[in-house]
Amino acid sequence: MSDPRQVFARTTSDLVDQDPSVALVYAEISGQFLTGIRRRHPDRVINVGIREQLLVNVGAGMALAGLRPIVHTFSSFLVERAFEQVKLGFNHQDVGGVLVGAGGSVDMSAGGRTHQSPGDVALLDTLPGWTVHVPGHADEVADALRTAVAGDGRAYLRVVAQQNSRSFPVRPGHFHVVRRGAGATVVAVGPMLDPVLVASAGLDLTVLYANAVRPFDGAAVRAAITRADAQVVLVEPYLAGTSSRLVDEALVDVPHRLLALGVGREELRRYGRPEEHLAAHGLDAAGLRASISRFLERVPS
Amino acid sequence: MTTTDTQVRRGYHDLRRLMSLMTGDEKHDAAATSTLDVLWVLYDRVLDVAPGTVEDPGRDRFFLSKGHGPMAYYATLAAKGFIPESWLADWATYDSPLGYHPDRLLVPGVEISSGSLGHGLPLAVGTTLGLRAQDIDARVVVLVGDAELDEGSNAEAVVLAGALGLGRLSVVVVDNASTSYRRPRAIAPRFAHEGWDAVVVDGHDHPALYAALTRTGDRPHVVVAEVEAR
Repeated sequence: MSDPRQVFARTTSDLVDQDPSVALVYAEISGQFLTGIRRRHPDRVINVGIREQLLVNVGAGMALAGLRPIVHTFSSFLVERAFEQVKLGFNHQDVGGVLVGAGGSVDMSAGGRTHQSPGDVALLDTLPGWTVHVPGHADEVADALRTAVAGDGRAYLRVVAQQNSRSFPVRPGHFHVVRRGAGATVVAVGPMLDPVLVASAGLDLTVLYANAVRPFDGAAVRAAITRADAQVVLVEPYLAGTSSRLVDEALVDVPHRLLALGVGREELRRYGRPEEHLAAHGLDAAGLRASISRFLERVPS
Repeated sequence: MTTTDTQVRRGYHDLRRLMSLMTGDEKHDAAATSTLDVLWVLYDRVLDVAPGTVEDPGRDRFFLSKGHGPMAYYATLAAKGFIPESWLADWATYDSPLGYHPDRLLVPGVEISSGSLGHGLPLAVGTTLGLRAQDIDARVVVLVGDAELDEGSNAEAVVLAGALGLGRLSVVVVDNASTSYRRPRAIAPRFAHEGWDAVVVDGHDHPALYAALTRTGDRPHVVVAEVEAR
């Protein structure tokens, strides 16, 4: 399978080549994949150096001048470090742009907390109007980026190394039904789909897949549950509970139980491999199986 | 939102009266008027923008980064016909488009929504790059305060603008000596060190401001406009 970050770089290069209104701003990160496009379009491909506050506002300033900016670095520096620039540069100025964060929650597990960004989607969730793409496959990275750049709104792409074995079309606001069952409904977000499918083998569950999680497809969740079994499991590759409020909104008039799985709030203070971090957060197939089984056994009387 | 009284031609002598509509007092303190002369010279003689061209891609852009104390800005916009004079009296009320910090979505001619310091210059670097990429030869002028330069985001922008030679970008630093850790005469050399053209002028001297604000070249340039200490 292709490397998602390289697919991001290739797709971005195509978009900048094809459309004179598309610009790329980055802050050193991924520069090794961007030398060709930078040489071909030095006016629209700008490396700002290690300056993330500037990075985000340069993107917003380009949008004020009428360009469609793609803004890229690691998620931790793009969304967390430069959050006020996202809030004021894009939302408050009311301009559009496409932020592409790499690394996610565990890609740089050996790098420690500084390079991990489990709170990115929750932070963006404090702002209105962001389409949030969480591609679970390299093909979805390309699809999501083309979709986002073709629009004129604000979009965030969360590009991570972990991938599912198959890809799905990207349609913001639409979740895919991967499996239908009579029991609980599991919403697997991005690269959580494969471990969810392994974990739910032999269980009579509905599995929904979200490669774009904002807008949240509450209608799909609502359609999947039944009066007899309104139990929902959210499995998100970032901070646990990030989408809980939207499940509650979708089921506001339906008594329901919700299990929200994801990355924990506590710092692990461990290094090691991404798989070890996923397991520590209970996001590997074994951990998910255990959590989901416990949840289903705990049937209210 | 269209202006209704653009046909009335107003001049510099009207600004204090217009400001008094907001403050109820013709005698303004130094903080309120520190930017007045810079704003007037820019809108009267330097910037190529008018009420009829606020959406024109080729217009010059003015970014008021130091968004607080905007009475002089609103007075200038009213004098030049961007906004009606009738907006001034009830400014900062719930139904007014004019607040303590300007909002570009609410006020015709306002290019950026400001208030939080240290955003205008980085945005302006992006806009200058965006215009250059489209071969639009417009100028981008940013007004910052000397204390606003405390914000580290400005340092990021000053270095990049110098390195990329953004000759259509100008910064006016209205220096009222308000930063807490002031080194006298340090601002212009700081910009010059990063490759900017830098001049220091009396912030109330119109001919000097005009000469400084119309310098051109292939480097970004900064005008340090000195006014009375806050």
